[in-house]
Amino acid sequence: MKRDNRVLRQGANVLAIVLALLTVFPLYWMVLSALKPKGEITSAHPRPWTFAPTLDNFRNALGVSGFGRYFLNSMAVAVVVVVVSAAIAFLAAVALSRFKFRFRTTILIMFLVAQMVPVEALTIPLFFLVRDIGTVAPGFGLSSLGALMLVNLAFSLPFAVWMLRGFVAAVPESLEEAARIDGASRFTILWRILFPLVAPGLAATSVFSFITAWNDFVFAKTLILDTDHQTLPAALMVFFKPDENDWGGIMAASTLMTVPVLIFFVLVQRHMVSGLGGAVKD
Amino acid sequence: MPATTVTARADHGDSPVRPAGGAPAKGRRRSGPLARIPVPLWLLLPAALVLIPLFGYPLYQLGLLSVLKFGQPQASGGVPTEFVGLSNYTDVLGDAQFWSVLGQTLAFAAFCVVATLAVGAVCAVLLTRVGKWPRLLLMFGALGAWAAPAMTGSTVWMFLLDTNSGLVNEILGTQGHNWMYDKWSAFAMVAVVVVWHSFPFVMITLYAGIQAIPDSVLEAARLDGAGTATIFRRIMLPMLRPLLVIVVIQSIIWDFKVFTQIYVMTGGGGIAGQNLVLNVYAYQKAFVAENYSLGAAIGVLMTLILLAVTAVYIRSLRRSGEEL
Repeated sequence: MKRDNRVLRQGANVLAIVLALLTVFPLYWMVLSALKPKGEITSAHPRPWTFAPTLDNFRNALGVSGFGRYFLNSMAVAVVVVVVSAAIAFLAAVALSRFKFRFRTTILIMFLVAQMVPVEALTIPLFFLVRDIGTVAPGFGLSSLGALMLVNLAFSLPFAVWMLRGFVAAVPESLEEAARIDGASRFTILWRILFPLVAPGLAATSVFSFITAWNDFVFAKTLILDTDHQTLPAALMVFFKPDENDWGGIMAASTLMTVPVLIFFVLVQRHMVSGLGGAVKD
Repeated sequence: MPATTVTARADHGDSPVRPAGGAPAKGRRRSGPLARIPVPLWLLLPAALVLIPLFGYPLYQLGLLSVLKFGQPQASGGVPTEFVGLSNYTDVLGDAQFWSVLGQTLAFAAFCVVATLAVGAVCAVLLTRVGKWPRLLLMFGALGAWAAPAMTGSTVWMFLLDTNSGLVNEILGTQGHNWMYDKWSAFAMVAVVVVWHSFPFVMITLYAGIQAIPDSVLEAARLDGAGTATIFRRIMLPMLRPLLVIVVIQSIIWDFKVFTQIYVMTGGGGIAGQNLVLNVYAYQKAFVAENYSLGAAIGVLMTLILLAVTAVYIRSLRRSGEEL
């Protein structure tokens, strides 16, 4: 019985490691191919290593194809969306988890339903809406980063509110109660007590807002008509040519696009886990 | 109980028996009857200011467009729009392509959901059974796949599957084989990418759920003579049920709406549109064929299907009587 367990456990260990390697392999292949010299990439016999790593592909992507610009555009959109969406979602989450009022359930269900709406279909009316906004406020019209910020903000909010609600609910109310008895104002309670306690949740939520904005392909493709204001996902399509794809360039650009998300994940991962842990241990 | 509060996502829905409502009432008492309603509404105001014009209004416009005749002439303002009632819908529903696209969307989503859940659940159970290092390794691998944008996930897998210089063909010795040529092979490859992207969410959520089951409960069951299978079926499954409902529904919604992977990997819907799913179909009808109202009608139909899923979801949350 004991021995069986040990064999089983070793087998599980091996299986876990194999699955981990399989999962991570595409990412390894992406970075590796980005570093490979041109000849090795188009080789009919690709090898899982390279002895002549080069930054040529990155240089090409950033220089020739203007990926530096797209990178900054993407970053600007994502950062604005993360910050604004965190602030708005925090307030809304407090309202929905700390107060009882009429239509509360209705509003909650609307936030849930909003996540189900196929946003790609909404690009059709949004295209015309943004076009019309542009005639009044060009900063938010077609081909503006402002439009992308607004649209991505709207589509990351429902999930952010939904997720944060759980984190707010997990904070014991006794803390606020104590602060209230000590004479703290509503604003102080919100900002000094609740906000720091929900911060891990905000970090976790930010990851999703960041990903929504950073990964957005369909809005960037539809609403941005000039190349200057393009963001990474849509700009990546530039590398795809009908006859021969520049895989080195695509992989370098893909790496540039993946790295910030990975960094973000690693940075907030601890908060995510502690946030989840807090909710679990409650 | 712990299983329902494992992640923020686990904390879903609303329930009439929600006890939390009691405590805030104490806070309200201080603010007097006049301040009673405004506070939560003030807090919700910023969200409303963003969501009503940028989410609600476009949704209304989507519905409106779907009952108009609205193509390129109307879009550029040269021709007045015209109300055509449900004729866009009869056009869509009378089109054989719509039904075949709907069918393959459902089949594709169903396959992705089942595969994602199977892989995610197996990995979650595996995580509870392995040593520290294999566990960390699998966690980080999954985190990487989760973090990878849909766009780069698609490009990397396209490269792996490339006809001439792809690693997959090299390993299998099938140089020159085009994986995206055959309809079902192309769908399968996209499904691989979708599962790769989404199983980490299932894995990590379920793992957290399993971890949240108190050891004392499992120990008690073991002392009572319950075997592994019984513990799994009688204790773990019921306790994980709320989480399972959530990951199933989330997966259905995500996989039904897959856009980027299909659009990028199959070049906008595959050879002669063989790999279209509803989302891409609506988009192509609107922006490529420039028949915006027809695209909108498809979008409305899709929204209705997803609303039905949501309704089932909310009902099952309510019926299970979980504290949500």
